[in-house]
Amino acid sequence: MTDHSTIATHEVLAGASPTIAGRSLWQDAWRRLRKNKAAVASAAVLLFLALAGIFGPLVAPHPYDRIYPQYVRTPASLEAYPKTDRIIPAFESVVSRARVETGPVEVEGSTVRMPISSGEQLDPRIVRYVDRSDLFENARIEELSADGRSGVMVADVHRLRFLFGTDSNGRDLLARILIGIRVSLAIGVLASAMALLFGVSYGAIAGYLGGRVDGVMMRIVDILYSLPFIFFVILLVVFFGRNFILIFIAIGATEWLDMARIVRGQALMLKRQEFVQAAEALGVDNSGILRRHIIPNTLGPVVVFVTLLVPKAILLESLLSFLGLGVQEPLTSLGLLISDGAANIQGATWLLIYPAIALTVLLFALNFLGDGLRDALDPKDR
Amino acid sequence: MEDKTDTILSIRGLNVTFATHDGEVRAVKNVDFDVRPGETVAIVGESGSGKSQSMMALMGLLASNGRATGSARYRDQELIGMSERRLNKVRGEKITMIFQEPMTSLDPLYKIGRQISEPLIHHGRLLSSAQARPRVLELLRLVGIPDAERRIDSYPHELSGGQRQRVMIAMALANNPDILIADEPTTALDVTVQAQILALLAELQSRLGMAIVFITHDLGIVRRFADRVYVMRSGEVVEEGVTEALFSAPKHAYTKMLLEAEPTGRKAPPPANAPILLEGRNVEVTFTIGGGFLAGEPLMLRAVNRISIALKKGQTIGIVGESGSGKSTLGRALLRLLPSDGAIRFGGRDISKMGRDEMRPLRREMQLVFQDPFGSLSPRMTIGQVITEGLLVHEPSLSGRDRDKRAVEALREVGLDPNMRNRYAHEFSGGQRQRIAIARAIILKPKIVVLDEPTSALDRSVQKQIVDLLRDLQKAHDLSYLFISHDLAVVRAMSDYIIVMKQGQIVEEGPTAEIFDDPREEYTQTLMAAAIDVTKFRMTASS
Repeated sequence: MTDHSTIATHEVLAGASPTIAGRSLWQDAWRRLRKNKAAVASAAVLLFLALAGIFGPLVAPHPYDRIYPQYVRTPASLEAYPKTDRIIPAFESVVSRARVETGPVEVEGSTVRMPISSGEQLDPRIVRYVDRSDLFENARIEELSADGRSGVMVADVHRLRFLFGTDSNGRDLLARILIGIRVSLAIGVLASAMALLFGVSYGAIAGYLGGRVDGVMMRIVDILYSLPFIFFVILLVVFFGRNFILIFIAIGATEWLDMARIVRGQALMLKRQEFVQAAEALGVDNSGILRRHIIPNTLGPVVVFVTLLVPKAILLESLLSFLGLGVQEPLTSLGLLISDGAANIQGATWLLIYPAIALTVLLFALNFLGDGLRDALDPKDR
Repeated sequence: MEDKTDTILSIRGLNVTFATHDGEVRAVKNVDFDVRPGETVAIVGESGSGKSQSMMALMGLLASNGRATGSARYRDQELIGMSERRLNKVRGEKITMIFQEPMTSLDPLYKIGRQISEPLIHHGRLLSSAQARPRVLELLRLVGIPDAERRIDSYPHELSGGQRQRVMIAMALANNPDILIADEPTTALDVTVQAQILALLAELQSRLGMAIVFITHDLGIVRRFADRVYVMRSGEVVEEGVTEALFSAPKHAYTKMLLEAEPTGRKAPPPANAPILLEGRNVEVTFTIGGGFLAGEPLMLRAVNRISIALKKGQTIGIVGESGSGKSTLGRALLRLLPSDGAIRFGGRDISKMGRDEMRPLRREMQLVFQDPFGSLSPRMTIGQVITEGLLVHEPSLSGRDRDKRAVEALREVGLDPNMRNRYAHEFSGGQRQRIAIARAIILKPKIVVLDEPTSALDRSVQKQIVDLLRDLQKAHDLSYLFISHDLAVVRAMSDYIIVMKQGQIVEEGPTAEIFDDPREEYTQTLMAAAIDVTKFRMTASS
């Protein structure tokens, strides 16, 4: 019955719109996708996250691997560090290392002043004790007395902002999350691209050629399926050492199996379609049929599967990193950050909360977009 | 002219609209119908005319984006806008429906006995399933299912198409409905089965006295079957009237066009000394079902059994047979698209042992046009790409511009606007798509074209145009056709020689006139009788 009505509306449409430029199925799908608000919002979020991952680390105030020993496990805050109540004791403690008599500390705006005196002449090199601290910079001795035994130690307070706080090594969490998004997205996209390239061609060839070729090719897939993933990754790591590229090879190498099966199923169905038989009757060779007829017509379900594959790859990478088989310090990924946060959940909840939010938003956006694409590409499935 | 008390179904100002991405599409525009008890009303129209949608609307079966407005009164109940629960008391009990596709309208997971008892259990007397069984048996016998006690426990796939349609009718009749809506109930069936189902419906109507609303595109059925006719076109009723009056004096131009849509003309045989282009001797095609590693002995199915055929230059051989007779398989085997035994000679060369690469250069001379214009064009290619694909294979030296030029020529030749070559197949109607498929075949300038039911999926008026087009192309290019069809009227207009097939074998063959006027074999005679039974009124009407 639905068939009937779609045919009926089609006939009406064909008569109603006498435009010459064609409207491909992709354009139709795009129009439907644009109507889906959740999918459009997800696409915008994804674009934002991707840009943040690519350019964020360049513009972030701190490098992701810079360690601030003074700021270990600082909570997230919009205010700049150090806070006023911490400046005085900190300044006292750094100046006291210079073994000089100290007076009361005054804080004016972003400068700190403290009269100092000593039994002998003040060595100008003592400013280094102050500069060595992350909190202060540009330390100098002013109002030096004539005998050089007393003066005022002046330093600018080095104000830093840690919007998401710092981790247990004193690194800025915001910068690390940005680099984590970059790494996770890169692994997700590259692993999916690998699965896409290999899985689609493998599945299309197996499905279209059929018969014994199909049997052998799909049994190989079955054998690979039966390898436990974690075991496979450990083997790879043992053989080749830990390596960024290895991770997406490992993930891609397992994910293409699903893709190959999906595409093979599609190809089996498509090769019985009359347009494929028509191409055979025209004498088109196998590669032409695969390139022009089979693969373009499998792309609908494939695109949908890819949008679901990317989050899957990201989760797998998170799992590997969580187990310590993933990317290596100081480079990080969302999975590593979350594992780190989980270890510190007692005293430093922000270490878990922010990376977890970032990962969740990323996965939500990808899944919503995938759903939207499925509806757009195959409206009958709704 | 209607007497209010006399009508059981009265439709006034019915509109059906579908919300699509391109805005509202009005499928049915302000139509009026009346159905009186016990009469047969036919709604005739081509695909897209809204004939099915108007009935779907009153049954509450529109697609989710469809909306019906207006009035449809059954006795004294308004059906449009009725709640689902109250509507369920009417549909399935008082108004029932049978559909075109008997293959898909039965649930494959349930035995037919259970499916027939469904309306008995949920409607009317609310029987238990044990109480329903005798009634189901009675219904199965009523619709002429042999061996009803055994068949009641069959699954749908164990029945033939005709039997499934009988089961559908039994379901529809279970609660003695007042109105039976039959939506193209015989279109998917072979002619002989079609005649049986029509006879069954007529007999049931005279015994049970329900009204039948017959939705069809086939005027032959209407003429034989209906008391009154509504002719629909693009959502409107263009003409209505008593069958005889409407057929003898059609008023509206569209009705006249429909009545004259029978393919006419005859094909003269080629000169006797015309060379034989394609020859098959003792061609056999065997399909292996199942078998293989651990699966036991395969089942061998002989689809084409020792058939010999010779196609001369300029000749059209019509291959006639019911579904499953092996006629399509034979066509494909002769083009070497299926593995076969026996000798096949093309232009004097034996091609039956050639591999795919050896066959490739010959492919341009032997082309194929398929039945389904919706499935035979790739949905992801523009039609320009579709029709020039063969040139990529056979004339790889052509530049893109030359290919485009050839595409324009080919489209013009099949009567399509060449400016549409950048559009996609789904933007064309069925007849236009079939023209595109023909353009794809003739762009290579072939010698032989195998036409596999090229007109079966099309409306009558479009069929006629395609038949004319094919004949013009044959004259212009001196083509030889192998015309495969179950539609005898079309075969008669197209071919000069006919082969009748049944179960993979030739039953009878000979020049067209001989086969039609003086069939010798009994099978051919029943085939002709069934077809002419349905079409003879059309013949007299158009002559």
